[in-house]
Amino acid sequence: MSNIRTFEKPTGVRDLPPDITAKKRWVEARVEACFRRWGYREVVTPTLEYFETVGGASAIAEDKLFKLLDKQGQTLVLRPDHTAPIARVVASLLRDEPVPMRLHYHGNVFRAQDREAGRFAEFHQSGVELVGGASPEADAEIIALAVESLRELGITPIQVAVGHIDLLDALLLEQTGSSDSVAKLKESLGARNIVSYRENVKELNIPSTNREKLLQLLRFRGGYQVLSELEATTSCERALERINHLRAIWTALEDWGVAEYVIFDLSLVGSLDYYTGIYFEGYGAEGYYLLSGGRYDHLLERFDRDNPARGFALKTDRLIMASPGGLMEEERIALVYPEELRRAAFQRAHELRNQGKVVGLYKEEEMDSSAQDYDRVLHVGEGFDG
Amino acid sequence: MAERTPLTIAMPKGRIFGEALELLKAAGLNVPTDLTEDSRKLTVEVPGEKISFLMVKPMDVPTYVEHGVADLGVVGKDVLMEEERDVHELLDLKISPCRISVAGMPDWTPVANPKVASKYPRIANRWFMEQRQQVQVIHLNGSVELAPLIGLADRIVDIVSSGRTLQENGLIELEEITQITSRLIANRASYRLKNEGIDAIVEGLAHVVGQEGEKR
Repeated sequence: MSNIRTFEKPTGVRDLPPDITAKKRWVEARVEACFRRWGYREVVTPTLEYFETVGGASAIAEDKLFKLLDKQGQTLVLRPDHTAPIARVVASLLRDEPVPMRLHYHGNVFRAQDREAGRFAEFHQSGVELVGGASPEADAEIIALAVESLRELGITPIQVAVGHIDLLDALLLEQTGSSDSVAKLKESLGARNIVSYRENVKELNIPSTNREKLLQLLRFRGGYQVLSELEATTSCERALERINHLRAIWTALEDWGVAEYVIFDLSLVGSLDYYTGIYFEGYGAEGYYLLSGGRYDHLLERFDRDNPARGFALKTDRLIMASPGGLMEEERIALVYPEELRRAAFQRAHELRNQGKVVGLYKEEEMDSSAQDYDRVLHVGEGFDG
Repeated sequence: MAERTPLTIAMPKGRIFGEALELLKAAGLNVPTDLTEDSRKLTVEVPGEKISFLMVKPMDVPTYVEHGVADLGVVGKDVLMEEERDVHELLDLKISPCRISVAGMPDWTPVANPKVASKYPRIANRWFMEQRQQVQVIHLNGSVELAPLIGLADRIVDIVSSGRTLQENGLIELEEITQITSRLIANRASYRLKNEGIDAIVEGLAHVVGQEGEKR
């Protein structure tokens, strides 16, 4: 191995220096406290999973997976997300626990990046999964908790955009009458490509009123009132049902006092063929994409414990940048002592540490410039009374 | 709309810049048209409109926008197809129309070991894969037309607007891959957090280029 590799690391991974690590711990502790207060219990899942089970069930595209072989020749993946592993746990280890089940996690995930595009291949996430139940309150709970977590970190402004995959599906099908066209239109929206959505609509062989309605779909962005506007454009039973579900979510969010942070955006689409109901993304501070989540009703059935579920993942690496808090609050003291007073100095350090101070010890004759990084320098010396 | 949040727009240096500026002006933005693009300045402030332009290489526009140092960007579809960046594509500005095509010598016939030179290796690879042709794609940064003349490649994939450059080099267009125009793109977070300012610009531009589909 050549020398240069000593300090190198693979593309997309990185070391976290002490100050960033401290901030990461702070971020995780704050959201952890928040998750716990809402009744979510932490689980830890392995970094390695079978490709066939968890890899295949994940929302992450196969070409983004890090794969390796174990000694038996089985294909393994570095976990690309936490949701699929937790679904596996819910269906195996926690099989006998009743739903609804509230779980949370902190951990790293891995996504292979094929170019030097400034994207990370390993990043950290904290998140929750709420398994079981189909009520609007359950869906609203995780949106509210997502907002609460961002508020807990002092992030402002906050905006959570909420879409609904199944509602979009129903509306697109109503106007196009073909599931092929629906897939094509959803793909454009998923790529956030409004230009190609419009082009696809123009190419459809449908009456111009339908075409007009498809273009109008892009306009439904906003609060509660867009649901009524949307309702007026459809007579599809499935769509109307979903609109009412969103209404109930909205009123629940109002009761939670977080509706002001939320807007509906019908054109918002997450990972295709994975989310089945609401899908949401959270943004905040000076321009950070901070979280995503949604309802996934088909994942648990892959593990033979069929249940509706929903969850979100916070993008910890970005929260570290977006949150203004997390600076070290404890006073840091350099305690300098002559050798003969070592016992007294250690005793003093012990007391100060018990008061919550950070104490670094320096033998007087060996003191160096690193002592200057402390907030205060204390000398243990003559006249020192412990 | 008086209290619009400041927006940063990444603009491609070169031929698209002037046309894009005209469009923004027509959309009601008070931008001076004498912003000379040959200026060495890399950032240009437009005082009255709380807008600043970043003057960057066309190929880099999506990068600036994806990473959020620019909220909006104006960029050719060719670059978007090549770069595959995670951005919102909001509007077809219909400026700088051209096409991406496969070109070669007039007497081109299939060869045993096909090689294609291009500034757009991803677009070229994707196209030939779709055509189920196995070719070797060679990435060049310029003077792509030279490649077939000196035997580096038997065909090229490149931008064609008038076709004159091809003609001057004795090449002909063999296949058109796709039509290209310039697009307005937005950063994902800006699209949410600065939606009022962005919507206002999109609405104005949509009106000018005749795409009111998304207008509120």
